[in-house]
Amino acid sequence: MFNSSLYQLGGALRAKKISSVELTQLYLERITALNPELNAYITLNPEISLAQAREADARIASGNAAALTGIPVAQKDIFCAKGWRTTCGSKMLHNFISPYDAHVIAQFNQAGAVNLGKTNMDEFAMGSSNETSYFGPVKNPWDKARVPGGSSGGTAAAVAARLCAAATGTDTGGSIRQPAALCGISGLKPTYGVCSRYGMIAFASSLDQAGPMGRSAEDLALMMNVMAGFDERDSTSLQRDKEDYARNLSKPLHGLRIGLPKEFFAEGLGSDVALAIEAAIAEYKKLGATIVDISLPNSKLSVPVYYVLAPAEASSNLSRFDGVRYGYRAPEYTDLADMYEKSRAQGFGAEVKRRIMIGTYVLSHGYYDAYYLQAQKIRRLIAQDFTEAYKQCDVIMGPTSPSTAFKLGEKGDDPVQMYLSDIYTIAVNLAGLPGMSIPCGFGDNNMPVGLQIIGNYFDEARMLNVAHQYQLATDWHSRAPQVL
Amino acid sequence: MTLTNADVQKVARLARLAMDEAEIESARSQLTGIFNLIAEMQAVDTKGIAPMSHAQDLSQRLREDVVTETNQRELFQSIAPQVEAGLYLVPQVIE
Repeated sequence: MFNSSLYQLGGALRAKKISSVELTQLYLERITALNPELNAYITLNPEISLAQAREADARIASGNAAALTGIPVAQKDIFCAKGWRTTCGSKMLHNFISPYDAHVIAQFNQAGAVNLGKTNMDEFAMGSSNETSYFGPVKNPWDKARVPGGSSGGTAAAVAARLCAAATGTDTGGSIRQPAALCGISGLKPTYGVCSRYGMIAFASSLDQAGPMGRSAEDLALMMNVMAGFDERDSTSLQRDKEDYARNLSKPLHGLRIGLPKEFFAEGLGSDVALAIEAAIAEYKKLGATIVDISLPNSKLSVPVYYVLAPAEASSNLSRFDGVRYGYRAPEYTDLADMYEKSRAQGFGAEVKRRIMIGTYVLSHGYYDAYYLQAQKIRRLIAQDFTEAYKQCDVIMGPTSPSTAFKLGEKGDDPVQMYLSDIYTIAVNLAGLPGMSIPCGFGDNNMPVGLQIIGNYFDEARMLNVAHQYQLATDWHSRAPQVL
Repeated sequence: MTLTNADVQKVARLARLAMDEAEIESARSQLTGIFNLIAEMQAVDTKGIAPMSHAQDLSQRLREDVVTETNQRELFQSIAPQVEAGLYLVPQVIE
């Protein structure tokens, strides 16, 4: 049951081979057994989960079931869910019970999915290893001495360890794709504006995007059908017609043009990762694709540009956490300014404070043009590189991350080293393009390697097709860690 | 680029983050490393390039000027650190 696809689970539920309550119980028992070691979930609420499962069973009985009705889905703890503690991985929100639902949560509720629990994450989604969470690091189910990646590390570990059928993530600089790669699962960051940011706790608003994480491209397509859609409460949500993301899954890949950016295969890429990626490209050639060499000359600037734009937007977004209306307030203070300063100093962790400091500096008087405006201009150059590249190819492929999962604590003291683990993913966020990661083999240490597939704007259905055809021809995506 | 402790102190004050001497010193060295990473950007010629904030270059949507929010004060205040008589309490600001 734990290895069934979402299609299979939906079929079993509608055929009454299993009830949603039984399925939810099975997952909750597995979480109780395995989560203490993996720390993939921050908050469970079996009472709410089982109530949703009972409602789903009634809906199935009445013949009104949708594709995901009754299926237990985990939610990254960045999504506000009414009645659920929503912490964003921070002490600042350790006691925050959300009074409302994020748009994405409301969409899952409407689809009749069961919210199985809130998954662990780097604090305010700032991190690439899940080590910045106030609730402790998540362990990689393939090797518990290693990180699951971040920031959606809890979601990635939960999917890999079969602690949920599928789950949500968010991706500001690689936070869906990098943990998906490091945990050997599939993850999709849609085109910016496709999934509503309403109720998704903001990090860098011009880059943040929600997306699905699961065990196969086919599962991601079903999740996208629920998550995507216009929402007037998000000012950057795109007004587009609803689409069926599964519509192209079975198309053959003959004639597909795959662009390989030379910058993604240069110095800094681990040789074991490079080998796995080359093997995946060879498989795509067998499936009928042709290879085009391309260049993204400005992509090398994406890390510096990102570390101006994201902290700048974060410093502004996180100014709302002041200990007045919700969240953490310091126990002792002398006056209002002291209350703000102490509440924020005690409520935020080291990485969050670091980014607030960077952002505050680059936005401060006299530095705005040199940093923020310059970064916004280079952002356009980076996006234009992709526009040029898509004149010659249909999708772009390369590694998701330069290495496989590193050891817990390995990059702890050097923020710059940690930032470089997102070197292949950040440019995609800056351009607002869709990107995904699918498992394509294992590295020297037997840890999973992720293949990154970058599509043109709104080309998610094609990317899912490209990933699905590979997953029909290979079995990397169905390998599971021995967690018990 | 080298930041001084006074620079860091000023930024911490602007960001409303209380920091002691040791924290300022450690923040200074880490921020210097990050700003050296960012410095790479300064050499790029961006004359005539328009800044980009959204991939689709959309203009802001407008909505009808109607009330859409309902009063949920009690619900919202149930999670506040300190409230009294329907008001959020903070330390006294005006003598």
